[in-house]
Amino acid sequence: SNPFEVKVNRQKFDILGRKTKNDVGLPGVSRSKAIKKRNQTLLKEYKEREKTNVFKDKRFGEYNTKITPEEKMIRRFALERQQNYGKKNIYNLNEDEELTHYGQSLAEIEKLNDIVDSDSDTEERGTLSAELTAAHFGGGGGLLRKKASSEQQEEEQEKPKSRKELIEEMIAKSKQEKQERQSRRESALELTEKLDKDWKEIQTLIAHKTPKSEKKDKEVEKPKPDEYDMIVRELGFEMKAKPSERLKTEEELAKEEQARLQKLEADRLRRMRGIDEETSKKRPSHMSADDLADGFILDKDDRRLLSYKDGKMNIENEEDKEEEEGEKEEEEEGEEEDNENEEESQEESASENEEDDAADSHSDLESDLESEEEAAGSKEEKKHKANENESQNMEKFDPKREAAKSELPYTFAAPESYETFKSLLAGRTIEQQLIILERIQKCNHPSLAVGNKAKLEKLFGFLLEYVGELATLDLPELRTIDKLVLPLYNLCQMFPEAASDSIKFILRDAAHDLGEVIEVKGRAAFPGLDTLIYLKIVSLLFPTSDFWHPVVTPAFMYMSQLLTKCRITTLQDVIKGLFICCLFLEYVSFSKRFVPELINFLLGVLHISLPKNQAQGYTVVHPFTPVGKNSELLLVCDKEDLKSWEKQNVPLSIVTRLKEASRTEINHTRLSCLALCFDLIKKCAALYESLPSFHEIMHPVRILLTQHVPVNEYPEKMQEWYHSALKELENKVKHYTPLICEKKKPVPLKQYTPKIVKVLEFGKKQAGSKKEQERKQLIQRHKRELKGAIREIRKDNQYLARMQLSEIMERDSARKRKVKELLGSLATQEGEWKAMKRKKWKN
Amino acid sequence: QLPTGLYKKVLVILHDSVLPYMNEPTLMMDFLTVAYGIGGAISLLALNGLFILIHQHNLEYPDFYKKLYSLLDPSIYHVKYRARFFHLTDLFLSSSHLPAYLVAAFIKRLSRLALTAPPEALLMLIPFLCNLFRRHPACRVLVHRPAGPADMSEDPYVMEEEEPSKSRALESSLWEIQSLQNHYHPDVAKAAAVLNQSLSEMEDDISGLLELSAYELFDKEIKKKAVDVPLEFEPVRGLFGKKNDIFAEHFSL
Repeated sequence: SNPFEVKVNRQKFDILGRKTKNDVGLPGVSRSKAIKKRNQTLLKEYKEREKTNVFKDKRFGEYNTKITPEEKMIRRFALERQQNYGKKNIYNLNEDEELTHYGQSLAEIEKLNDIVDSDSDTEERGTLSAELTAAHFGGGGGLLRKKASSEQQEEEQEKPKSRKELIEEMIAKSKQEKQERQSRRESALELTEKLDKDWKEIQTLIAHKTPKSEKKDKEVEKPKPDEYDMIVRELGFEMKAKPSERLKTEEELAKEEQARLQKLEADRLRRMRGIDEETSKKRPSHMSADDLADGFILDKDDRRLLSYKDGKMNIENEEDKEEEEGEKEEEEEGEEEDNENEEESQEESASENEEDDAADSHSDLESDLESEEEAAGSKEEKKHKANENESQNMEKFDPKREAAKSELPYTFAAPESYETFKSLLAGRTIEQQLIILERIQKCNHPSLAVGNKAKLEKLFGFLLEYVGELATLDLPELRTIDKLVLPLYNLCQMFPEAASDSIKFILRDAAHDLGEVIEVKGRAAFPGLDTLIYLKIVSLLFPTSDFWHPVVTPAFMYMSQLLTKCRITTLQDVIKGLFICCLFLEYVSFSKRFVPELINFLLGVLHISLPKNQAQGYTVVHPFTPVGKNSELLLVCDKEDLKSWEKQNVPLSIVTRLKEASRTEINHTRLSCLALCFDLIKKCAALYESLPSFHEIMHPVRILLTQHVPVNEYPEKMQEWYHSALKELENKVKHYTPLICEKKKPVPLKQYTPKIVKVLEFGKKQAGSKKEQERKQLIQRHKRELKGAIREIRKDNQYLARMQLSEIMERDSARKRKVKELLGSLATQEGEWKAMKRKKWKN
Repeated sequence: QLPTGLYKKVLVILHDSVLPYMNEPTLMMDFLTVAYGIGGAISLLALNGLFILIHQHNLEYPDFYKKLYSLLDPSIYHVKYRARFFHLTDLFLSSSHLPAYLVAAFIKRLSRLALTAPPEALLMLIPFLCNLFRRHPACRVLVHRPAGPADMSEDPYVMEEEEPSKSRALESSLWEIQSLQNHYHPDVAKAAAVLNQSLSEMEDDISGLLELSAYELFDKEIKKKAVDVPLEFEPVRGLFGKKNDIFAEHFSL
C-alpha cells in the first residue's frame, strides 16, 4: 500500500519475544472501510426509517449464524434438489402445470402412445399412418388419388363424394380406429393391473408360508444360475465377522459392580478425610443426576431392592416400562378395560386387601374360586389343592393384581400443591401409594418435558412433608414411612441439590424453633417423632462420613443441640435422647468421629437409673443434674418387674403415647432403655478405641459402671448386657506416645537473586487462582468491549449527523436553485414584458 | 448468707455498677472472698469483682491460681457465664511471669475437660490454648516432645490433684486435643489440627469467639453453599434397612 498512508506506532523499548498487534496501522484504509460499512448498514436503515414494508429474505439460513457457510450451502443444495426432484426437465419451469388437450392430459396421451408403440400391431398403425401421411403430406394429390381409387369402386353405387366429405370421412375413420385402439389398450391395462394385484396378494401368502417343495418348484422354473456367479454372490454377501460386544459373564458383571462400589468407597474415604477439598470442588460433579438415576435403574442392586417387596415391584416395573411408551394411546383403552374389569376387580379388590396378611388366606380364596367350578369337595382336598397350586399362585395372582391395579389411572399429573398431593395418596394402601409415586415419577421424567424437573423436585418436598405428617399422627404410620423412604431415595438421587435444599429447610426450621425456645425459656423440650425420622432419613440419603457435607453437618449440629439443651423430664425424653444417640453412632459409625455429647448423654442416662445415695466419682453435664426432680427417672425398684423383664425392641410409637401403659410396662420400657444404653456404651467403646485419650473419655462411664451400678439386682439378661459393655471398656490397652509437632519446612534465607517466574504467555497476569484470573479477564474484556461500543456509537452518531447535514445542504441548495430559476424566469418574463411595452410605446 | 439467686444477681452487676462508685472498694473484699470460696457459678461470678480489687486496689489473694484451678470442672463449658469466665481466665493467664508448671496444669485441665464440651465451646477453647502456648513457650513440650520416652502406659497428669504444681502436667502431652482432631464438627477438627504444626507468632483474637452460640454455628453451616451434594450410594431398604443398623436391634416400627 501507499507508504504515506501507513502509520507506525513507535515502541519506546524493544522487548524480545513480545508480539505486538498494533505496531502498524492504516488509518485511511480502515476509515474508508468503516464508512463503506456504515453506508451499507446504517445509511440503509436511516433511509428506510419511515418505511414500513419489509423485504423478506427467505433464503434458507441466511441469517442463522449457527450454521456454517458450508453446511448452509449443503442444506440449500439439498432443498433445491428436493424441489427439483421428479421434474424431468430442469429448464421446464412449468412442469407442475398440466397441459391438456380436449380435457385429456397431454402427458397421459403421450404415455398411452408410447405403450402402443411398444406393443405390437405396428402393421395396423402402419397402414393408418400411411393413409394419414398420404392425407397430410401428400397434399391435394394424395387425396385426389385416393378419391380416384375410391371413385373407381364407389362410382357405380353412389354419386361421387366431394373433397370435404372425403376428408370428414377419413377423419371419422381415423378417430374410430383410434378409439378402438384406446379401448383395447385400456382393457389390456386393466387386466394387467388386476393380475398384478392378485399376484401381490398371493405373493404375501407365499412369502410367509410357502412350503419348501413350492420353493423348489420355483427354483426349477428359474434358469439355473451359473456356478461361478453363485460363488461370487456368496462371497459378496457373505457376513463379515462383525466385532460385537461380548456378553459379559456373571463374574465380570460382579467384578464391574465391585469396581464401581470400590470407586464410590474411595470417594467416600477421601471426602471423610476432608483433604483436597479444593480439588474435589473443581472436579466435575461427581455423579450427574440423570446418569446416576439411570444407572441405578439398571443396577443389579436395584433389582434386588425391588424384589424386596414381595417380588411384586419387579413385575410392575417391567410392565410400567412397556406402558410408558404407549401410555397415552393406552390410556383410553385402559379406561375401557377398567369398565370391563370393574365387576371382576370389585370381587378381587377384597382379596387384594387380604393379600398382605398371609399366604394362607390367598390360597383359601383361590380354592374357593375353584370350588365354584367343582361345586363339591371336601375341605382337606381343597387345602391339598391349594398347596399344589402354591407354585402357580404367584403367576395366578399377577393378572389379578394387574386387574386390581387397573383401578389406578396410569398417568398422574405431578401435584402442584401439598393438598393435591395428599388427596392423591389419601385412602390408598401402602402399595398403591408407592405405585402412584412411581407413576408420577415416570410420567414426569425430566427427559420428557421441560418443566418436569421442577415438578419432581417439588414432589420430594411434598413427600418429606407427608412423611413428617405421618410421623406426627397419634398412631404414627411408621410402616408407611418405611416404604416411602424408597421413592425419597430415588428422587434424591435424581435431584441432589433440590433434595438437600428441602431437607436443609426442614432442619433450619427445627433448629430455629429450638433456638427461640431456648432464648425465651432457657430450656427446651425434645422435638416430635417427625424430626427424629427426618434425621434418620438424612442418614439414608446422604453419606454421613464426609468431613463436611451441606446437609449432614447441620444435622450433626442440630442433634448436638438436642442432646445438650433439651430437658429430660419424662421417659419419652429418654427414649428420644437414646434415639438421637443411636443416630449419632450411626452417623459416625464409618468415620469414627468423636462426639462428646454422645458420651455425656449416655453417662447421664446411666446416672438417672441409679438411686441417689452414694458419693459420686463423676460429674454429669448439662441436661442432667446430679440431684433433683428427674434424677431417678430410669430407676426401677419393683422386684417383680425386674424379674419379669425381657429384652424387647422399643416401639417408636411409644414416643407419642405412653400414658396408657401400665406401671409394669413402663418399668419394662425403662429397663429396655437401660439395656440399650449399655449396648450403646459398648458400641462407643469399640468405636473410639483408637482415640489417644480413650480412657479419659470413658473414665466417668467406667467409674459409674464399676462402682455405682447395682449389677446384682438386675435380671440376668441385663447383667449380660452390662458385662459385655464393661468388658469392651476394660480390655483396652493404655498406650500413650508423646506428641511431636510436624516438622516445619525451613524458611529459606532471603536472597537477592531476581525471582524468576515462568511466563507462559505474555501480557497475561499470572498471579491469583484460576477463578480470580478468569474474573479479571472477564472484567477486562467487558471494559474493552464497553469502550469499543461507546466509540462505535459515537462514530455512528457522527456519521449520521454528517449524512443529515449533507441532506439538508442538498435540500437547501436545490431550493436555492429552484428559487433562482423561478426568479430568473420571472425576470426574463418581466424583461420581455417591459420590452414589449417599450415597443408599444415607441409604436 | 444470701439466697443463691440474689447472690448471682448481685455479683453479676457488682464489678461495673457498684465497685467503681464506692469510696472504699476494699470493703467488698471480705464479701467477694467468701463468695469466691463458695464454689460453682457463684465463684465464677465473684472472680470479676475480685479481679478489680487485685488489679486496682492491691489486694493480695493467697492461692488465687490454685483456687481458680479448682474452679475448672466440666460445667464451665456448659454454663451461661462461659464467655465472662474465659475472658477473665485469659486475663489472669496473660502474665508472662507465671510459672510454666501452672500454665501447663491449666492447659491440661482445660483440655481434659474439653472432652465433654460442646462444639461452640471447643471452637473458643482451642485458640485460647494456642494463645497460652504462644505466651508461655516453655509449655510447648505439651505438644512437642521430641526427646521423650517412646511409649507410656499412663498419662502422667493427675486430674484429681488440687495443687497445680503436683499435677505433673509438664510431663504429659495434649492427647485430648489429638482426640479432638477426630471431632465430628469440621471446624473443631481443623482447629485442633493446628496444634500439629508449630504455631505462628501472632496471637489469635478470641473475643469474637467467646460469645459463640450453638445456634450461630448451625446457622453458619446451613448457609454455606455447596457446589455439589454427594449422595449415599448404598440403596435404601426401608427406614432401618441398612446392614448392621443399630436401630433394628433396639427399636421397632
